[in-house]
Amino acid sequence: MVAFPCRDPLTCDLLVTYLFAMDDDRVFKALADPTRRLLLDRLFVRDGQTLTELESAVEMTRYGVMKHLRVLEEAGLVVSRKSGREKLHFLNPVPIRLIHDRWIDKYTEHRVAALVDLKHELEEQS
Amino acid sequence: MTTTETTDTAQDERTLQVYRVYIKVAPEKVWQAITDPEWNGRYGYGAPQFFELRPGGSYRSTASEEMRKVSDEMGYGIPDVVVDGEVLEADPPRRLVQTFRMLMSPDAAADGFTRLTYEIAEVAPGVSRLTVTHDVTGAPNLAAVVAGAYEDQGGGGGGGWAWILSDLKSLLETGSVLAG
Repeated sequence: MVAFPCRDPLTCDLLVTYLFAMDDDRVFKALADPTRRLLLDRLFVRDGQTLTELESAVEMTRYGVMKHLRVLEEAGLVVSRKSGREKLHFLNPVPIRLIHDRWIDKYTEHRVAALVDLKHELEEQS
Repeated sequence: MTTTETTDTAQDERTLQVYRVYIKVAPEKVWQAITDPEWNGRYGYGAPQFFELRPGGSYRSTASEEMRKVSDEMGYGIPDVVVDGEVLEADPPRRLVQTFRMLMSPDAAADGFTRLTYEIAEVAPGVSRLTVTHDVTGAPNLAAVVAGAYEDQGGGGGGGWAWILSDLKSLLETGSVLAG
């Protein structure tokens, strides 16, 4: 079973290139928008929401929200599931995890964690 | 239809976690990495998992050496079987459905059995899309563990499914797991 259109080798090659060379780009681009980050935040608070539920979270037309959700789905950050007549949207943290594992190794992680702790401490004091 | 409405209501109340990763290997390799104890003890928590791949077959995962070492050092016991369950569907290399109960901590064990589904689709030749759906309805402690809530606390808490799948991808694509 092939889930994406891939009828000739050239299409397949392009698809593979697209899926893997572009993955990080698509995640960063998807995250570079406040509305899309807000939609992800809403799913983090409560996963598996319908379009109608997500629509109520943002000041935007239904079509606008659909467009944003499509960008998030194409980046792999949202996975949708049919449930009866409804389509539910789930937050998929794996692409962000892959970027984390790719860019932040064990050594830098400690320094990053130390800086985050420092930031929290200083902000609490002020 | 009354039946359908009842089902819809029941589904609304379910708590699902959905994880998806693309891996540059054929579905058969992904299936093997999930179901073969020679493979499934090499990534994530490193605890080998044993499946009887038929409906009604048993499922169990035994503590890894590292888990034993860490739990000894921290002064608490660890059971030999850290996860148990039952195979509900096995359709290699596409679909595996099982029940899943974590026995590592009394809290998680008290959550009882949850339902775990692996779906593997070939999206292009030699490229698999693995979707893990964990139905953690009524299992808040396990839900926190598999969402990676205890990653920073050490002691083998691990980063949950996102961490496991990232490690699995690394193993299958590069031949080695992630550092650390």
